[in-house]
Amino acid sequence: METEVKLTKLAGCAGCGAKVGAGTLVHMLEGFRTHTDPKLIVGYDKSDDASVYAIDSETALVQTTDFFPPIVDDPFLYGQIAAANALSDIYAMGGTPKLALNIMCISETMDQKTVQEILRGGYEKVYEAGAIITGGHTIHGAEPLYGLAASGFVHPKKVLTNCNARPGDALILTKPLGVGIITIAAKADLADKALLDRIYRQMTTLNKTASDIMLRYHVHSCTDVTGFALMGHCFEMAQGSGCTIRIQTKCVPFHTEAWDFADMGFVPAGAYRNREYTKDGISFENDISRPMQDILYDPQTSGGLLISLPEEEASQCLRELQKQIPEASIIGSVEEYRESRIILE
Amino acid sequence: MKILDARGLSCPEPVILLRKAMSSMEPSYQIIVDNHASKENTTRYAEHQGYQTSVSEKDGEYTLTFTR
Repeated sequence: METEVKLTKLAGCAGCGAKVGAGTLVHMLEGFRTHTDPKLIVGYDKSDDASVYAIDSETALVQTTDFFPPIVDDPFLYGQIAAANALSDIYAMGGTPKLALNIMCISETMDQKTVQEILRGGYEKVYEAGAIITGGHTIHGAEPLYGLAASGFVHPKKVLTNCNARPGDALILTKPLGVGIITIAAKADLADKALLDRIYRQMTTLNKTASDIMLRYHVHSCTDVTGFALMGHCFEMAQGSGCTIRIQTKCVPFHTEAWDFADMGFVPAGAYRNREYTKDGISFENDISRPMQDILYDPQTSGGLLISLPEEEASQCLRELQKQIPEASIIGSVEEYRESRIILE
Repeated sequence: MKILDARGLSCPEPVILLRKAMSSMEPSYQIIVDNHASKENTTRYAEHQGYQTSVSEKDGEYTLTFTR
């Protein structure tokens, strides 16, 4: 559905590209005094996807929030993408979403129908995940925003953090990269309908199936690839785990059109921030083309899971994933730390 | 030489502005941008179109000249 006022025209940044850079965030939180609790399993001190709090020996609460300005003009689609993206953090922790609250900012030019469609998109996506939206909070502002504060549950002993990858692990990525670049190119009318339909389908796809499958294996670590791009999230995983991640760039799945758009200069500002944040932690073993580098630094909205699991289980896990998610690929491995956090080959 | 002022614009607007202007195929263009991403992206677009770039920076503003 097209609205009279184009939603993306009301937004300065698109989707997860609006996320404050990881480097800026670390700097802003420097020296911030935090408190802890014996039942807190994952908290402020970790750069993780969600917080986790043990309720009893069988159950822990997973909490997260995520919201962003419109990435598409169709309000129903925007609602679905924002919700899928917000719930993704719970899947990345190995959890199951249960409850969610809307977080919304509406600008003066948005009509009632548009607002309702955004909320309907969010509601339907959350319901598809087996959870429900039970309320929310809406304010007026200059720029539209939508997302969720979501809660789920996980067994306290089965929490998947982003800082437990181990040497000998293989890394699987479950969604192709490039949606940030394609979204930027779409603003110049360079992306055709078939391509846009493909990335919209990808962004509205829950990471539920990927999570359900990975939980059948001995996964050591997991995160979802969003605003900090594959490089930023690999960097956090490698740093948190005290190891080095080696990425075989030829194996990284991406939308081929993104390569051409990046080569023409359609690269989100967030990609430059991600490059700056990780620049001291990455070494190159081969020549990697500039557009391919842009794809690796491209902020993803509702991106896939990055799964670190024992190499000997990776092929079988991948086969199972590919039956439902054909684009899933093994993209690299985890090694003992050696000089840089990420090695690109 | 065609001169474009893209200050205050964020990506991809400066590239879109340059792309529209370059459809007239002039031998040289100049664009003023005020952020790193726009500097990089307009340079790449121009070079993709076969132009050569020279850049000067002053007070966080970049003046890019593209010629061929």
